[in-house]
Amino acid sequence: MEIKILGTGCPNCLALEKKVRNIVNEHSIDAKITMVKDILQIMSYNVMSTPALVINEEVVVRGRIPKDSELLALISANN
Amino acid sequence: MFDWIQNIADYLVYDVFSLSSKSHLAEALNFFIYDSVKILLLLFVIIFFMGIINSYFPIERVKNYLSRNKLFGLEYLMASLFGTVTPFCSCSSVPLFIGFVSGGIPLGVTFAFLVTSPLVNEVAVGLFLGLFGAKITIIYVISGVLLGTVSGFILQRFKLERYLTSWVKEILKNAEREQEEFIAEHQKFSKRLPVIWHEALTIIKGILPYLLLGIAIGGLMHGYVPEGFFEKYMGKDNWFAVPVSTILAVPMYSNASGILPVVQVLVAKGIPLGTAIAFMMGVVGLSLPEAMLLKKVMTWKLISIFFGTVTICIIISGYLFNLIF
Repeated sequence: MEIKILGTGCPNCLALEKKVRNIVNEHSIDAKITMVKDILQIMSYNVMSTPALVINEEVVVRGRIPKDSELLALISANN
Repeated sequence: MFDWIQNIADYLVYDVFSLSSKSHLAEALNFFIYDSVKILLLLFVIIFFMGIINSYFPIERVKNYLSRNKLFGLEYLMASLFGTVTPFCSCSSVPLFIGFVSGGIPLGVTFAFLVTSPLVNEVAVGLFLGLFGAKITIIYVISGVLLGTVSGFILQRFKLERYLTSWVKEILKNAEREQEEFIAEHQKFSKRLPVIWHEALTIIKGILPYLLLGIAIGGLMHGYVPEGFFEKYMGKDNWFAVPVSTILAVPMYSNASGILPVVQVLVAKGIPLGTAIAFMMGVVGLSLPEAMLLKKVMTWKLISIFFGTVTICIIISGYLFNLIF
């Protein structure tokens, strides 16, 4: 599966990326994680508050950092 | 209402640490404990309730509303009001700006939102309530909303579209007003609550070190700086105090949590409220890092006009406050 983190590089965006990477590693989930920093690309997801989490091209979280348990549930649900 | 916190602070300082009630150290420590507990409590309550409101008015819905409806002049006020319930993170200002502009929302209305959002947000309101009480908080919120409305209205008159960066102008050409109503995903209140709770805790955790440092510095000053100390230099009859403190504040980074507790002590020691509020608005509302981010969508000329207009509005409201109080 494909996970994208949309964010302009702010501390919150980096924190979300780190969390997602940890969870994916910890549970040995097969996922490609990319950080999308380009503003035009971010806008193409119609996202106005960062960080946002995109799983398989679907925006699942906008403008906040979810708890580990919520993240794991979101990732598992789409796996 | 907060007597019990004072009792805890008294108990800790005079009984547990057995400090003399006459010493500066005891006074400063007492102030620190009382203020920290009271402010953290109020802050959490405000952040939590603003979180509930925001959960029903996410930014996508706000944009849709402003894009879809013709409001005949009220759009500046509406954008400004929406700005108050939206939590502000300067890193979101660019996506937000593009989102608004591509939805056909006029530049001035977008600015109204951008000005009010950092000025009146959950953290600023919570801190104000804890430090200055309800009356001054209400005045601050109203003036923040008016400041955004007026600045947006003025900026719209300047026809600033020509000063956007070229790729934003491209977006502007294809901008379309949205026709359909935004349908938010339906979620039960009981499902939203834990998320909002967690979010509130995260915000508090993030600002806690700055806040405690601010209160500690405030506490020290409270105990050691004599009453009326600042009146000599920054009193009401000193006409340039307002512009100087505003201009000093603008480049500063928008961390309200560290600065507000210090400003509160300054007010207690004789700095006029209007001067202090102008300073705070400068710190919270405009900052150098924000200007750097906006550089992606605006030319320097536009950023200067934007910052200049808001700065002048802040200075005027500072004078007004000093006149009224």
